[in-house]
Amino acid sequence: MSADSIKLGGKIKPRVLIKVENLNKSFGDLKVLRNISESIHEGEVVSIIGPSGSGKSTFLRCLNLLERPSSGRVIFEDVDISGKKVDIVKHRQKIGMVFQQFNVFPHLTVTENITLAPTLEKNISKADARRRAHELLERVGLLDKKDEYPSRLSGGQKQRLAIVRALAMNPDVILFDEPTSALDPEMVGEVLDVIRSLAESGMTILIVTHEMGFAREVSDRVFFMDGGAIREQGRPEEIFFHARDPRTAEFLSMVL
Amino acid sequence: MKLLETVAGLWQKYYYVYLGGLWGTIWLSAVSVAAATVIGTAIALMKLSGVRVLDWITRVYVGILRGTPILLQLYFFWILLPKAVPFELSDTACIIVALIVNASAYVAEVIRAGIQAVDAGQTEAAKSLGMRPRNVMLRVVMPQAVKNILPALGNEYVTMIKQTSLASVFFVEELMTSYKTVQSATFLALPSLIIVGFIYLILITVLTKALDLFERRLQKSERR
Ligand SMILES: Nc1ncnc2c1ncn2[C@@H]1O[C@H](COP(=O)(O)OP(=O)(O)O)[C@@H](O)[C@H]1O
Ligand SMILES: [Mg+2]
Repeated sequence: MSADSIKLGGKIKPRVLIKVENLNKSFGDLKVLRNISESIHEGEVVSIIGPSGSGKSTFLRCLNLLERPSSGRVIFEDVDISGKKVDIVKHRQKIGMVFQQFNVFPHLTVTENITLAPTLEKNISKADARRRAHELLERVGLLDKKDEYPSRLSGGQKQRLAIVRALAMNPDVILFDEPTSALDPEMVGEVLDVIRSLAESGMTILIVTHEMGFAREVSDRVFFMDGGAIREQGRPEEIFFHARDPRTAEFLSMVL
Repeated sequence: MKLLETVAGLWQKYYYVYLGGLWGTIWLSAVSVAAATVIGTAIALMKLSGVRVLDWITRVYVGILRGTPILLQLYFFWILLPKAVPFELSDTACIIVALIVNASAYVAEVIRAGIQAVDAGQTEAAKSLGMRPRNVMLRVVMPQAVKNILPALGNEYVTMIKQTSLASVFFVEELMTSYKTVQSATFLALPSLIIVGFIYLILITVLTKALDLFERRLQKSERR
C-alpha cells in the first residue's frame, strides 16, 4: 500500500492510480485533446460520455500510450509512463483495455487467447495459466467454449472473452472503449453484466459508453467530453440531472 | 506431322541436354526462391520496424529493383560483381546473386503487404496486454499474415521460375540455354523451342497445382 492510501478513521482514502497532467494530443494540425488534467483513484468507476469525435477514444488510448501524447504527462502508479525512458510494456500489463471491435485473436482458441500474454510475458506456466483462464471463463459463463475458435462465438461472447483476456494479466485498471457499441442489442446486457460485476468487485474502471443508464448506475464519476476537453465532470446525478454546462445538457437531451 | 517427328527425333538425340537444362532451372529457382524469401522477409521487417533510416533504405532498395528491368539488373551484376569481389566469380554466381536480389524486392513487398493487411486492432490488443513488440509480431501478427502472404508468395515463386530463363542470355545452364545449345548444334529452332516450352509448362503446372492444393488446405484450417 502506498503512502497516500492512509487509513482515515476506518475509511480508506484511495490513492491516485492515474494522474493526467496537461495532456494534449494533435494529429497533424488537428487538435484532438486540449489540456486535460484529471486524477483517477483506485477502485473508482469513471464513465466518459460525449459526442462522436470529441476525443474520448484518443484520451483512453493516451492512458496506455497506444497514442503518444503531444505534450503533458500520464502518471500511472506514481510513474510518468509518458516519459521517453520508461518500459511501457511492463506498465501496460497493469492497464487492461477492451475495444469496441473486440480484437480477439482469431488464430487462437478461446483458452489460448487468454493464456498467450500471461505465459509469454509473466512467466506463468501453461498449466497455471490454463487453470486461471478456465476460472475466469467460468465467471463469465464461457467455460463450455474454452476450446472453440473465436469465429464460432457471438459478438457478446467475443467481448466477454476480450474482457477475460484483459483480466488474466491481473491489471490494476481496465479501460473500456465503447465495449457494447458493436453488439447486437440483445447482447449488450450480457456484456454490461460482466462489467457491472467487475465494478462491484472493486476494479478501477474507465469506460467510454453511450449506455447512459448503465453509466448512471455504475459510475462514481462521469466525464463529459466535448471538443477534446473534459467540459464537465461530477457524480452521475450531478451530470445527468443538474448539468451546469449547457453543452452537457444539450448532449444529454439528445441521447436520453 | 513432320514437325512432331522432328521434335521426337530431337528429344531422342538431345534429351540429356534438356534434362540438364531442367535441372539447372530447378536448382537456380530453388536457390533464388529460398534466399529471396529470407532476404525479402528481413527487408519487410526492416521496413515495418518504424525506424526511419531503415524504412528509407528499404524504400530505395525496393524502388530501384522494381523500377528497372530485370535484364538490366542481370547485366549490372554480371559486369559489376566480378570487379567488386577479390576472388574469381563465375557467370552463374553473378546471375544467381542478381536473381536473388531482384526477387527479394518483390518478396519483401508481398510480405509487407501481408503483414499490413492484418487488422491494426490485433496489434493494439496485443500491445495493450503488455506484450513485447517481438511477441506481438511473432505470436499475433505473423500467424495471421501468413495466410495473406502464402498465396501471393506462391505466385511470386512461379514468376521467379520463369525469369530464370533470362540467365540464358549469359549461357548459364538452364532450360532456355539448352534450347540455344541444341538450336545452334542442329539449326532447328522451332522444334527445340517446343520441347523447352513443353517442359516449362509441365514444371509450372505441377507447381501451380501443388500451391493451389496447399492454399485450399490452409483455408480449410482457417475456417475451423
Ligand atoms: N490516428 C488518427 N489520425 C488522425 N486523426 C485521428 C486519429 N485518431 C483520431 N483522430 C481524430 O481525432 C478526433 C477524435 O477522435 P476520437 O478520439 O476517436 O473521438 P471519439 O472516440 O470521441 O469519437 C476525430 O476527429 C478523429 O477523426
Ligand atoms: Mg471512440
